[in-house]
Amino acid sequence: MQPPSAINTPRRIRRRGPTSEPLLVRWLLMFIALAFMGLFLVVPLVAVFVNAFGQGVGHYFGTLTDRFTLSSIKLTLLTAVISVSSNCIFGVAAAWAITKFDFRLKNFLITLIDLPFAVSPVISGMVIVMVFGAQGWFGPWLIAHNVRIIYAVPGIILATTFVTFPFVARELIPLMQAQGRTEEEAARALGASGWHTFWRVTLPNIKWGLLYGVILCNARAMGEFGAVSVVSGHVQGKTDTMPLQIEALYQNYDTAGAFAVASVLTCLALVTIVLKAWAEKKGAVSRPADWGIFGGV
Amino acid sequence: MRFSNQRKVLPGFRFTLGYTLLYLGLIVLIPLAATFAKTAELSWGQFWHAVASPDAVSAFRLSFGISLMAALVNLVFGLLVAWVLVRYQFWGRRLMDALVDLPFALPTAVAGISLTAIYAQNGWVGRWFAPFGIQIFYTSLGIFVALTFIGLPFVVRTVQPVLEDFDIEIEEAAASLGASRWKTFWRVILPMVMPALLTGFALAFARALGEYGSVVFISSNIPLKTQIIPLLIMNKLNQFDYAGASALAVVMLVVSFVMLFVINYLQWRSSRHNAHS
Repeated sequence: MQPPSAINTPRRIRRRGPTSEPLLVRWLLMFIALAFMGLFLVVPLVAVFVNAFGQGVGHYFGTLTDRFTLSSIKLTLLTAVISVSSNCIFGVAAAWAITKFDFRLKNFLITLIDLPFAVSPVISGMVIVMVFGAQGWFGPWLIAHNVRIIYAVPGIILATTFVTFPFVARELIPLMQAQGRTEEEAARALGASGWHTFWRVTLPNIKWGLLYGVILCNARAMGEFGAVSVVSGHVQGKTDTMPLQIEALYQNYDTAGAFAVASVLTCLALVTIVLKAWAEKKGAVSRPADWGIFGGV
Repeated sequence: MRFSNQRKVLPGFRFTLGYTLLYLGLIVLIPLAATFAKTAELSWGQFWHAVASPDAVSAFRLSFGISLMAALVNLVFGLLVAWVLVRYQFWGRRLMDALVDLPFALPTAVAGISLTAIYAQNGWVGRWFAPFGIQIFYTSLGIFVALTFIGLPFVVRTVQPVLEDFDIEIEEAAASLGASRWKTFWRVILPMVMPALLTGFALAFARALGEYGSVVFISSNIPLKTQIIPLLIMNKLNQFDYAGASALAVVMLVVSFVMLFVINYLQWRSSRHNAHS
């Protein structure tokens, strides 16, 4: 016998039943929750676009096509491409080693991979300075050989790679764990080479999870501010990424300009949210909404 | 890490594990080790001077106090938002549900300037407080607003799956035994979501402790008044006081790792709790 729908699907309860609240309470709770979300989510979102056009469309596009803005967009794209692709290769390799083989201290290794998500952005930038900065481990050697990493582009890329380090691995490990090893083992038994097995069996199985990890990784890479702020020289047109360009414009009292650049990053955030919701609805991801502490963007 | 004895059918173990360890070492472990090593160069006196100076103590107090308040607000409102999103049907529910991730996805610098514009004296929200002499931006209230914003998704996203999987029959049993709705919530539903609620709270708190981007714009960053720990670390780095910065960073790293341990424990308890019910 089919149970009444109210029992099966609590979301559809409209009439007051034993497992629902009085109408007045429901309305009140809904009103408070929506007011809270409106104040903290909708208003800041709308404010970005309203302020971006605060000094007209001309100023908006003027800022976006400005020499310094274009250079910051270029640097942000370069940083994202390098850090996301290297973390992507790492993620696949780490997930392969961890899920296809058994070895000791495996859980310890997974914990180590997650570490960057527990490190605050400013400290993430700082740890890079401690290695490559003038007073860092390799600092004297780098100065002697005239290699600039801190206050230059390589430092920005390193800091971004650090903060986005776990994204792909974290997404792939539980996914590949759940898929097991039998398909790959069958392919090998049928004579496929290792690479062939990976490209034709594993990759098609993990492609959505991989894409999901890459999307989140990319959003964070393009939006990172604290860590990059520590290692960047803050030279407009040279070592300013988009978030740093926002700060530079803002400090020059060009608020509308700062919001114009911010609106581009906000669109990226919205696209990320839509893709994320879509991937979760499709059931393509293993663990929705597990970002760690600083896993957010 | 020793190889297990089983014969391996699949190739690439040495290569992928070797690459994983090399890359992990280069990008994560060496930089973290360098930070701890830098702090180890300090004598106890120097370390104490760095972490117990008046501006450091004030920054610690401010960071922990405001983060705790922001996480508490998120604890209450996060549960409410999760409840409304899971239990009630209304127009725009799916949209609001997706929008909860905004603080995760929006770059912190963007959140920072946007909140500053809203809570400034003449801003959309700030102007309603200005007549009462309440200034939000450039004060610790502003820091509180920013930390509430960035911590918002944590409680919602940890509590939501628990409420979705919640067996309605348990509520029916409580109701049929004569419990009022309020009593059912208080005695049946709340204890079930408590582990998830605490996990979300701990995550929001830990995140708020380390937040930089959204706070730097809305706070005036005056030492002893509105300077939180990440901003103090930034200040020290800008003055090339690496040792002082690393001492503070080590304290914060230890706090984060302890928080992570607590969160993992809570998550483990939460999953065990759900497996039982």
